[in-house]
Amino acid sequence: MARRHEPLNRTARAAALWWPAALALSIVATIVGGAIAGMLMAGGDPRGHFPFTDGYIRSIVVFTVVQAFLSAVLSVGLAIPVARAIHRRRFPGRKPFIRILGLPMVIPTIVGVLGIVAIYGRSGWLNAGLEQLGLQGRFDVYGLQGILIAHIFFNMPFAARILLQAWESVPAESWRLAGQLGASEIQTFCLVEWPVVRQAAPGLFALVFLLCFTSFSVVLVLGGGPPNATIEVAIYQALRFDFDLPRVSALAIIQVAFCGALAIGAARLFTALPDTPPAGRPAVRFDGRAMPSRLVDGAAIMVGAVVLLAPLAAVVLSAGRGPIAATLSDPALWAATGRSIAVGLTAGTLSLALGLGMVATLRRLRYREGNERTAALLEAVGSLVLIIPPFVIGAGLFVLARSHVNVFDNGLPLVVSINALMGLPFVIRVLGPPATQTLQRHGRLTAALGMRLGHRVRLVDWPLLRRPIALSLALTTALAMGDFGVIALFGTPETRTLPLYLYQQMGSYQLGRAAVSAAVLVATTLIMFLLIERIVGGRADDKA
Amino acid sequence: MNALTVRCRVPAAAALRLAPGIAFGMALLMTASANALADDRPTLTVYTYSSFDTEWGPGPQIKSGFEEICGCTVSYVAVDDGVALLSRMRLEGPSTNADVVLGLDMNLIAEARELDLLIPHGQQLDDLDLPIDWSDDVFVPFDWGYFAFVYDSQSVETPPASLRALVEESDLELLIQDPRTSTPGLGLLLWVKAVYGDDAGDAWAVMRDRIVTVTSGWSEAYGLFQEGEAPLVLSYSTSPAYHIVAEETDRYRAAAFDEGHYMQIEVAAATNTSDHPELARSFLEYLTSEDAQSILPVTNWMYPVRNDDVALPAAFDNLIHPSEALLFDPETVRDNRSDWVDEWLDGMSR
Repeated sequence: MARRHEPLNRTARAAALWWPAALALSIVATIVGGAIAGMLMAGGDPRGHFPFTDGYIRSIVVFTVVQAFLSAVLSVGLAIPVARAIHRRRFPGRKPFIRILGLPMVIPTIVGVLGIVAIYGRSGWLNAGLEQLGLQGRFDVYGLQGILIAHIFFNMPFAARILLQAWESVPAESWRLAGQLGASEIQTFCLVEWPVVRQAAPGLFALVFLLCFTSFSVVLVLGGGPPNATIEVAIYQALRFDFDLPRVSALAIIQVAFCGALAIGAARLFTALPDTPPAGRPAVRFDGRAMPSRLVDGAAIMVGAVVLLAPLAAVVLSAGRGPIAATLSDPALWAATGRSIAVGLTAGTLSLALGLGMVATLRRLRYREGNERTAALLEAVGSLVLIIPPFVIGAGLFVLARSHVNVFDNGLPLVVSINALMGLPFVIRVLGPPATQTLQRHGRLTAALGMRLGHRVRLVDWPLLRRPIALSLALTTALAMGDFGVIALFGTPETRTLPLYLYQQMGSYQLGRAAVSAAVLVATTLIMFLLIERIVGGRADDKA
Repeated sequence: MNALTVRCRVPAAAALRLAPGIAFGMALLMTASANALADDRPTLTVYTYSSFDTEWGPGPQIKSGFEEICGCTVSYVAVDDGVALLSRMRLEGPSTNADVVLGLDMNLIAEARELDLLIPHGQQLDDLDLPIDWSDDVFVPFDWGYFAFVYDSQSVETPPASLRALVEESDLELLIQDPRTSTPGLGLLLWVKAVYGDDAGDAWAVMRDRIVTVTSGWSEAYGLFQEGEAPLVLSYSTSPAYHIVAEETDRYRAAAFDEGHYMQIEVAAATNTSDHPELARSFLEYLTSEDAQSILPVTNWMYPVRNDDVALPAAFDNLIHPSEALLFDPETVRDNRSDWVDEWLDGMSR
């Protein structure tokens, strides 16, 4: 430890600046490098499996692009009138409704898919309703239509929430001015609303497209057969069904190329997304008081509510009517719950540790070195999972591990490490800004006081940062608990987590039991989330 | 995330007291493996398909029957279906925990043999009653049957009379299994190949829109069929016997096809990685014993490989008898399986 009166030399300063990130990056690099090594070791020649020679791969790529495009168009397209209606109207339950818009992003995907099946499935509410009405024909949820419905459920509410923020970024004067000038509804839309929508929509579209492009659980359950598979589902099948390594590597290369191009190409669009939380206070607007526009807004809110609430309600109601006692008395359910908690906590902790290392370096870069470009680059590395999908990392690690150990006996550690990477971008996003702010506010003071690192952490950083730390730990834990994609690769009945257990119940069409398990999964996740926020984050009134 | 921040009044201290418990539980979970339970009896691990190891399947009875004579514990590890068994063995390689693999079928034995994971069974199988001569030294056949489309006679008056009629003339929706995971699925693929030859891809393209869904295992497809999700499901000519015996209804029947039916012979084998090779071999012996053979037909609903000592329920008398048994030899399947599956993928994706 250098005495504080001696100026540190450059190397020592650089070392002090970089070691936390270097440590975190080396762990990230080990996991990703292992996956790439696995893919390279897989051997075989992937060249026979590229879209221009392999008809099946071509159709998979086309399907993946088409469904992602349609999902993004429909989700964002529906979100525009919904967000506009929420912004324009005051109605009972408006505030909770805005909050619930964030729900599909946090509930485990497999639970959402279960809700979709309960509503639109062959024996679901929709078909029961059609039958009641004596209508011929049944709605089939398996196929492109089911995939689109599910993707709209997962992405439309979140898109509406972001767009609502765009609307709320319009200053109150604009509405007043539009009112004073007597602008018609169309004029108001073109002059006041369209500019903010145009700014936010492309980034949203790109984000939803990317999310649906790498969709796994939804397509695995609702695809209904080989023609309806995304690249990730095809990777899963080529690996676990055929162990066709050349095809796996070809698909992985295609997937990484697409996602990389998308993520890099759309990076500028993403930064245009507003990130102020919705104020929740309706703006005073002078348009849309006529009956037709009221009807349009009412219809938009109704549609939004049905899309969002019907699947959630279906899970709750099916769970209430389901075989609760029989499901809860199955020891396999609790074993799976225990595994999910263990996986979630371990992955969350690991994510947080990696994130802390990155953030420690990031904030010093921004504070002292003023090195914004380096910091941005480091941040981008943290979001590597956007470019190299977890599934590809999983497949690579699978191949690597297989030559040394029994993959299926050691599935959970692999699931943990991949989920830790997946959580990293969230930690950096949640923790980065407040950590940087803390250093900027108190950095000079602590330096002037000559505080030791230990003291600084205990007296300054911890009290100010424990809440964001708790939030990021809770969030990554919850995400890892709900992960279905990676566990599908490695899971067996002996190592199944709760989402996989739920998927297998759906696979054998025990929808009632699956709904009860889904309730257990959601409740467990919520309890873990609140416990972590409470224990790590302290009381709400502990704020320093 | 604000939607989820609910104030809760748990004293932090109480929650903190839980932390060691949570940590301990985590440690326990991460280290516990399925067979860590100390037991002085050896455990025989049998990899099989999911419908074998269900409460109404043959699994429990075969387990207790063998445990009575072996002084061991039988533990099943279940995968979706028979082809997934082969994939699982291939993925695990020499690190596999299986002592016995039960539920591959004759289509897969050439490929399974090439994994170099299996040992000869060391039994005389001359006295088995199979429709073909069995002289394999690694795989022990334990039951057999014919694939067939089972239909619901309440919704289908006249089922298609041939595979060609089903593909080209029928408008009935059907449920099938994935040939990459399921032995019935693979059986249908080979059946279509036997009937259509080079035009198999086109046949799949024609059928594609009427396929409600492709399930990964037999159980899911049959479960959906019983829920009334489609009038036809790919299963076995012996399936109706189950409904007659267990549900006392002859509502479900198998459609007889003019071209003949593809035959399935289900097999089991012992692994060379087993710590109890002798135990594994005696399990294989038990599978073809009178005891096990009288369990299998009325739990797995297939024909037994012994006829003299095994009394079949009367329901087996009313089943269809295929005019011809179709069967590729295992080497042909091994050499072409991946190409034919690609042809299926391609036809299904057009």
